[in-house]
Amino acid sequence: MPGLAERARRTFGWFDDRLHLKAIFDSTAGHPIPRRSASWWYVFGSGTLVCFILQIVTGICLALVYVPSPNEAYASLEYLNYEQNLGWFLRGVHNWGSVFMVGLMTIHMIQVFLFGAYKYPRELTWVVGCVLFLLTLGAAFTGQIMRFDQDAYWGLQIGVSIAARIPFVGESIVHLLQGGPIIGAETLSRFFSLHVFVLPGLLIGGIVVHLRLVLTRGINEFPVEGQEVAPETYAAEYEELLEKTGIRFFPDGVDKDIVFAALVLFGIVGCAAILGPPIPNGPADPTLINTAPRPDFYFLSLFAAFALMPPYLEDFVIVYVLPVMVLGLFAIPFLSNVGEKHPRRRPGAVIAATLAMTTLCVMAWEGLDSDWSPHMDAWSGTAVPTHLVEGRTPLELQGALVLQVKQCRNCHALDGSGGKRGPDLSNVATRLTEDQLVRQVLQGGGNMPAYGKNLTPAEVTAVVAFMRTLHPRGQLPARDSAPPAVPASGTAGS
Amino acid sequence: MAESKSGPTSGPTNPRVVPPVTRRDFLFKLGLGLNVIAASLVAIPVVGYVVSALFHRSAQQAWIALGDLDRFPVNETRLATYRNPFTRPWDGVTADIPCWVRRTPDASGQPSFQIFAINCAHLGCPVRWFPESRLFMCPCHGGVYYEDGTVASGPPPRGLYEYAYRVKGGRLEVQGGETPNLAEPV
Repeated sequence: MPGLAERARRTFGWFDDRLHLKAIFDSTAGHPIPRRSASWWYVFGSGTLVCFILQIVTGICLALVYVPSPNEAYASLEYLNYEQNLGWFLRGVHNWGSVFMVGLMTIHMIQVFLFGAYKYPRELTWVVGCVLFLLTLGAAFTGQIMRFDQDAYWGLQIGVSIAARIPFVGESIVHLLQGGPIIGAETLSRFFSLHVFVLPGLLIGGIVVHLRLVLTRGINEFPVEGQEVAPETYAAEYEELLEKTGIRFFPDGVDKDIVFAALVLFGIVGCAAILGPPIPNGPADPTLINTAPRPDFYFLSLFAAFALMPPYLEDFVIVYVLPVMVLGLFAIPFLSNVGEKHPRRRPGAVIAATLAMTTLCVMAWEGLDSDWSPHMDAWSGTAVPTHLVEGRTPLELQGALVLQVKQCRNCHALDGSGGKRGPDLSNVATRLTEDQLVRQVLQGGGNMPAYGKNLTPAEVTAVVAFMRTLHPRGQLPARDSAPPAVPASGTAGS
Repeated sequence: MAESKSGPTSGPTNPRVVPPVTRRDFLFKLGLGLNVIAASLVAIPVVGYVVSALFHRSAQQAWIALGDLDRFPVNETRLATYRNPFTRPWDGVTADIPCWVRRTPDASGQPSFQIFAINCAHLGCPVRWFPESRLFMCPCHGGVYYEDGTVASGPPPRGLYEYAYRVKGGRLEVQGGETPNLAEPV
């Protein structure tokens, strides 16, 4: 009788003879990598992949209950949240999985960019990575639509309206996206098909190509200052590096990846358990118009861009700037293909990445507050601070009432509370004279509507009288520096 | 493979000799051709199915009753809702379309209206009517419109979309069916 080890070896041999397991392993997971590439900096790609696998598993589970029809979508979501055993948790994992996936993918991309890993001979790895980036953002957007709440409905409306601005083909794109004349049953079905069939299928294909490319030319070596990439010598240098310091990715170089994978999973599960899934904010009923739609965080910066850029630039940005930015991302390895890889020798790259990320984060932050939007309830829900009306004359008090009733507070804060679209009026008397206040109220301007038709002269007098009191104690209200022009009484009548 | 390769190699030595078409070559080309035909037989219906939303568009406008005239007092703007006539049975509430109905003073004895789409002309968000300040405000990017639908402030590139209307049998009817946008204002 052969021993246990011998029998296991023979069984493996039997399978290996038929499946070539060892050869497949050696050319994939067992491929050699430079020792220094088994670094904490190199864990973000595999972390993104872990998220994607988790999305597939939880996505399949959610699809067991979710119904992609406007009639039932919201109800099935509520069922998932409150009735289905652990439905809330799986929704949470799927949601946070997407947050982590987009986040890690972005970090991975920045790391690859800063380490010059896209340079010769890994240009196509970068290009396929960019495709994966766009597909993932597509999955994030279509996933937000699956929630089919008010944010989803109006988010779709915003997406469709952006598409409608593309010249010539805009109208056709709108109809293709909507699948009909309005956002309805076919729209949701289309986005469901994209979210669960098309995009994941393309993602799987893209990931296979991405990993195949990593195996073909090897993982990027850890950048060394002063070591320049030259296509003529690169292959030999990389070969030499592998010979000197090469280890097998599995099992010798995988330690940090698996630790990180576990941390990612802990993070997702922890967020899902503690913070839970996003709460849907009411059914996608277009007649419920008292809503303030906001996109999920991935698209907040784009949302903010459409409020912050000058309106005349919007079409130009949609038609030219956004496509050029995407093309530019793809073109990076072809614009800078050789030379230094180390970030310390590439200050331009560091500045570009820092600038891009700072811009995106600041815009997303602005999108979160959306100070450009009127606070729809401020006029009825945010009272005039008491100290601003203490000791005022009846006319001034009447003015405070006008300011409130005419919805001025929706855009103008008093003492920091109220809308932020217009300036805070707490100190307005120090900035504008009485005449200027009257003119501004009547004619508007500077992004303020004209109220001339909507206020009686008495109301204008009252609201201006109130605003004249809005100045700090001890600081006089603004006044005309020129002496008032006295009309010559003799010539007035002639 | 070896056979088919040996055929063409004699070609270059004597250009006038036409390489014989082997049975393998013939079948390969036949197979290729048959698959091109088969692929189009599949692809044309698939593409036609997906892009069918692009066809029959002009018909998607209809007159829909919004209610009796006295529901809409003169000089006031009221929210009205109609059921989109081009729906699927499983459209649910998404086919309930809101709009703002402003009744202006009667012109030459005829009732006169402005019916605005709910969608902001900027990016389609639902505008809200504030009767006290007589303004429409948008919750997304801060677009504001006067009561007649013209832009008061903010980013909208044009005024609110206006639906066509008619009065028939004492009822107000609106011509609707499609969500308006910049490519296709009603």
